This record gives sequence, structure tokens and C-alpha cells, in this order.
Amino acid sequence: MNRWIERQRCLVDFTVSSLLRRRGKNLGLILVYTAIVFVLASVMLFGQALRREAAAVLSHAPEIVVQRMVAGRHDTIPTAYLDSIRAIRGVVQAEARLWGYYFDPGLSANYTLMVPTDRVVEPGTATIGHAIARLRDARAGTPLFLLSERGKMHKFTVAATLEPDSELVAADLMLVAERDFRSMFAIPADAVTDITVSVRNPREVGTIATKISRALPDVRVITRGDILRTYEAAFNWREGMVLVLMVGAVLAFLILAWDKASGLSAEERREIGILKAVGWETSDVIRQKLWEGALISLTAFLFGYALAYLHVFGFDAALFEPALKGWAVLYPRFGLRPSVDAFQVGTLMVLTVLPYILATVVPVWRAATIDPDMAMR
Amino acid sequence: MRYVRSSGIAFGIVCGGLLLCAATWLVAGLAGDGATASRARLVHDLQLTDLALFTEARYTRHPSQADLHSAFQNHPTALDHFPSGSLRAPPDFRTLRHEPVD
Repeated sequence: MNRWIERQRCLVDFTVSSLLRRRGKNLGLILVYTAIVFVLASVMLFGQALRREAAAVLSHAPEIVVQRMVAGRHDTIPTAYLDSIRAIRGVVQAEARLWGYYFDPGLSANYTLMVPTDRVVEPGTATIGHAIARLRDARAGTPLFLLSERGKMHKFTVAATLEPDSELVAADLMLVAERDFRSMFAIPADAVTDITVSVRNPREVGTIATKISRALPDVRVITRGDILRTYEAAFNWREGMVLVLMVGAVLAFLILAWDKASGLSAEERREIGILKAVGWETSDVIRQKLWEGALISLTAFLFGYALAYLHVFGFDAALFEPALKGWAVLYPRFGLRPSVDAFQVGTLMVLTVLPYILATVVPVWRAATIDPDMAMR
Repeated sequence: MRYVRSSGIAFGIVCGGLLLCAATWLVAGLAGDGATASRARLVHDLQLTDLALFTEARYTRHPSQADLHSAFQNHPTALDHFPSGSLRAPPDFRTLRHEPVD
């Protein structure tokens, strides 16, 4: 066993000195390789953490949301529908929600205005999300002026700001009193934005959703399962602009790696010839090249992955921010809870490390099986 | 001075990388869910349905509550919001319940 280990160490010694002889080329390769793993792992970790966060947070979303459709669009729903829904067996609670969008022309930002059901907001005051507070430099006591759709100016005084931690779900939220909301959007007292429903037995959500659809044909029903599925698909690895861009980068890297690994230079061919001439066996040459491939790809993978982790969870995926910001003016600042999925890391490793090692071995095997004299020529 | 073999340095670098990766797993395992719990509480209390990732349009702000992700749905000259529209696919349950629009 000791003899085998010593033999491998000698092969690694030789591999390292061989790599150092072409240190510029090999260092460049490791850097590009690390950068590719870094970007791929960043996308993977960010998507996974966001999906996990969405699943954890939105598992507390309403069990059923009922919205009225008019001419294919979401419209306000009469409060009379509340009674029809409450009459369905299995429904524990049906609550009205009042919410809508306000476009702030001064800052070109969209706010989500909402009437909370869990707290009392005094008329003329508002509790705002942290991103609005940051954008408007507002704190408790700051006045906010909003222009209603009928051209009337409404003055709100900031009563409080929501916790900074909540930005991922409430960055653009503005909680106002019901009276102010109805006055801003001219919504009559017998209408609300939509209705949320709680059911007694969670296994009956599908049945109750169907009953609501049958009882009220002009509504659409969105269950918590639908919401969770929406976010499960979000930032999926298989979709999105980032991956499309990545395909180009990965292909470029594959060409580079293939060129480096498969196209043996005359110098490398000569080196193999000399090694065989001084007594190395074909298996030793292949083993030495396997070590070379393994050292390069493992170093690039391990450091690329560790840097990606630091980028996503230490620096809140700062490099993705410009791509994610889009047209929005209000963008949440949020940290994600670190999470690592062993299966995903394993897949990434198989996809990045194995192809390189395999691409190294085949041409070396070809070169090592020919006559040393031919190889040196 | 003690001679250090180059294989020792190479294995040292790989082991350093392995230790870094092991540290990420350890940190992820020990991380608390303070912010997640606070967000979940707010979602429950205010009956929220979506993450506030993209606020530029209603179908990116509330994707689970949106109509089909169609271009021109806000205004005849309003193109799809880029890049959010490329990052977010429309929810599949929504497409299944609507007639094809193209």
C-alpha cells in the first residue's frame, strides 16, 4: 500500500513540475475554468435558495384566493360573494382583501397599496415597505402625497416602516386605511379586490375550489398549491436568460478545454515519447495525465464553488443584481438563508469535472500507445 | 530548511478547497431562519401571495395572480418587460385554464 501511495506521489510530483513548465497556459485555464464553475454554481445556489425561501414563506399564503373576472381581466368582486362562499360546507373563513397598484409618476415607481386585516391603520397615515422608505428617504412623520386616479391629491403621514427583513415580500407595500384606499381608487363600499378563503381540512382545498367555481361562474380560484407551483418553476435551471447566456460561455469553455486536453502539442507529444523511451509504461503516462486533469478540474471546481457560495450568501448575489433589476425602480434588498443541495452540487461536479478528465485521457492514450521513436519525431 | 514535495503543495491546495466547501455546508446547516420566519409571519398576517422581486408590472409583481404573460397586455404599445419577462415564465396552471391567444 505504501509503495502504491509513494508511486502516486511521484506521479503527482512529476505532474506539478510538468504543469509549472507551462504555468501561464495552465494558470489561465484554471482561472477560466474557476470562473465558469463560479457562474454556474452562483446561478444554481441563488435559484435553489430563492425557491426554498419562496416555498417556506408562501406556505403561509392564503389557502384559496377568489378573484372576479370581467372581459378576461381581474376586476373588483362584490362583497355579496362573501356570503355565497361562507355558505359552502368546509369553509372556515372568507375574508375580503383590498389591494391595488399605484404608479408614482415622480419616481416612476409602482407601489402596492393594501388595507391590512391584522392591524388598524389610522386614516391619513401609512405604514410603508423599506424599499419605499429608502427611495423616498421617508421615516415616521414624513408626509407622502399620492395623486388619485380622479386627480385628487391625498396626503399620507408615514406612521411606521415595515421591518427591513421583510423586503423580499413587502418592499413596495404601503398599508393604508380602508377609507383612504376606497377614496384613492374610487372603489364602492360593496366591492373588494378579492376574497381569501380558509378551509377546515387542507385536503379538501381542491374540492372547495371546484365548489366555489361552480357556485360563482365568473370567478377564478387560485389555491396555495398554485402559488407554490408558480414559484417552484421560477428561476428554474432550465429556463431564463442567465442560462441562455451561460450556454454560450459553457460552449466556449468546452472548446477551450477540448482544445487544451485533446490537442496535444508537439512538446507534450515529445515529452510522452521521452517518458516511454526512459522506461515509463503506457499506464503510467495515462495515470500521470489523469492526475493532471484531476488536479486542474478539482481545484477549479472547489474554489469556483466556494467563491459562488460567498457571492450568493455573503454578498447577496451582487453580480446578478443588474440582470434582476430590470425596469423596476423599487427593488428589494434581501439576504437569503444559506442552503446547499447535495444532489445539485454533485450534478454540477459531474458536469464540470468528469468531461475534462475524460477529454484529457483519450488523446494521451493514443499518443502513449505509439512507438516512442515516432512520438519524439 | 525542510524540503516540501510539490505533491504535498498540490494536495494542500485541493484539501484547502475541500475544507472551504465543507465549511459552506456547515454554515448552511447552522444558519438560523430569522428572516424567513419574519417574512412568513408577515405573509400570514397580511395574506400576501407573492414575492416582491420585480415591481415594474402587475404580472411580474404578482405572477401567481396575473393574467397570461402576454405582450401588449398593459397597453397596445407596451412590449413585454425585459428582462423580467425572460427570467419569469408564466405559471403553468394559468396557461392550462385559458384559451390559446396566438
